[in-house]
Amino acid sequence: MRRSVFIAGLAAAMVLGVGFFGTSRKGSVTQAQQNASPMEVKIDNFSFGPVTLTVPVGTTVTWTNRDDIPHTIVSTDDPKAFKSKALDTDEKFSFTFSKEGTYPYFCSIHPKMTGKVIVQ
Amino acid sequence: MSEKKKDELLHDHNNDGIDRRGFLKCMAWAGTGAFCVMQGGVLKSYSLSRLSELNTAEAKGELSFVQISDSHMGFNKPANPDVAGTLKAAVGKINALSPSPEFMLHTGDISHLSKPEEFDTVDQILKSATPKDVFYVPGEHDVLNDDGKQFLERYGKGSKGGGWYSFDKKGVHFVGLVNVMNLKAGGLGTLGHDQLEWMEDDVKHLKSSTPIVVFAHIPLWSVYPEWGWGTEDSAQALAYLKKFGSVTVLNGHIHQTMQKVEGNVTFHTAASTAFPQPAPGKADSPGPMKVPAEALKSVLGITDVNYVQGQHALAVVDSSLA
Repeated sequence: MRRSVFIAGLAAAMVLGVGFFGTSRKGSVTQAQQNASPMEVKIDNFSFGPVTLTVPVGTTVTWTNRDDIPHTIVSTDDPKAFKSKALDTDEKFSFTFSKEGTYPYFCSIHPKMTGKVIVQ
Repeated sequence: MSEKKKDELLHDHNNDGIDRRGFLKCMAWAGTGAFCVMQGGVLKSYSLSRLSELNTAEAKGELSFVQISDSHMGFNKPANPDVAGTLKAAVGKINALSPSPEFMLHTGDISHLSKPEEFDTVDQILKSATPKDVFYVPGEHDVLNDDGKQFLERYGKGSKGGGWYSFDKKGVHFVGLVNVMNLKAGGLGTLGHDQLEWMEDDVKHLKSSTPIVVFAHIPLWSVYPEWGWGTEDSAQALAYLKKFGSVTVLNGHIHQTMQKVEGNVTFHTAASTAFPQPAPGKADSPGPMKVPAEALKSVLGITDVNYVQGQHALAVVDSSLA
């Protein structure tokens, strides 16, 4: 279910590791790691929260479906920057944003559900 | 309906042409079932408790079929942990109907997650129904992850494009439409240009006296756009049906029964066989609504439709599974 664009470099791989396995970070963290901390978007009551998420380049964003109904996370760009399978309850989808830009997306099953990720 | 609820009914703030008082009147019957007769474009409806007062000729005719919807096989959350059981109960209701319906329409969301075993289970349960023919249109839950490929392989033989088709039964023309594919961000259900063009061609040679039944998953009228309960380009489809004296539109998707008459067109939505959803705007979201276990079957149901030749009318009966 997890999909990601891997960016080159050991540092990025470490960040992804944190994002994927939810490793708790103890003690001090470096500035670089803080800048690209993994971020979460929760799906509740047919909405993305937060609707707009602003993150630094290199951040892995993970969406979690907490509804009783499946949802998808699909980029509205052409070509699509990312597209998840249908996520059942508590399933997750992750994507790493390696380039600056605004990434609008929606649930292709319930198209009234929209959100965006701003990568700076 | 309680007095308090009546007082809650407000004007049409959304300017969507829907009178909330009319909505809730129908909603109040969702639990007990409603019997509806359309004559000359005017829909009369009766609560099931008054059926004995009706002339049976109004309820029986040359053609009888049944609509089921939103079986959501694979759903297992508290709103209904046994959707197979409630679908079997629906089949039991269908098999008890007299006269026996000639065929069934399934207006989509057969499965919950488009899994092959979910479709298999529904197919297996529906085999025990007396009517052997089932005509399907997909819901959005049936076309997940593969743009409807599996749905078309299973149910789309002889259909066009994304699965649309038409057929005739005893002088009634049926049109099955697909409005759950290629949905656009921020939008509603969509029929699309190709399907509309096909539909225009499909109906243009028919006599205006031909009764028309259109069925699709998402409502073809603006039930509650805030929750996506409508179809972007349905007005175009309905424009092709203006010349016909009797048009009945049957939808699912919203897991509750509603009716509306607009000119020559009567719109109905069917109950789900799996779980109920809240009335428009009455909850934070249109997600599954949990009701006490003993009340569940009263908010699930089937729809029985009768066509009486010469009467120019279709009678639509919504029955709960209770």
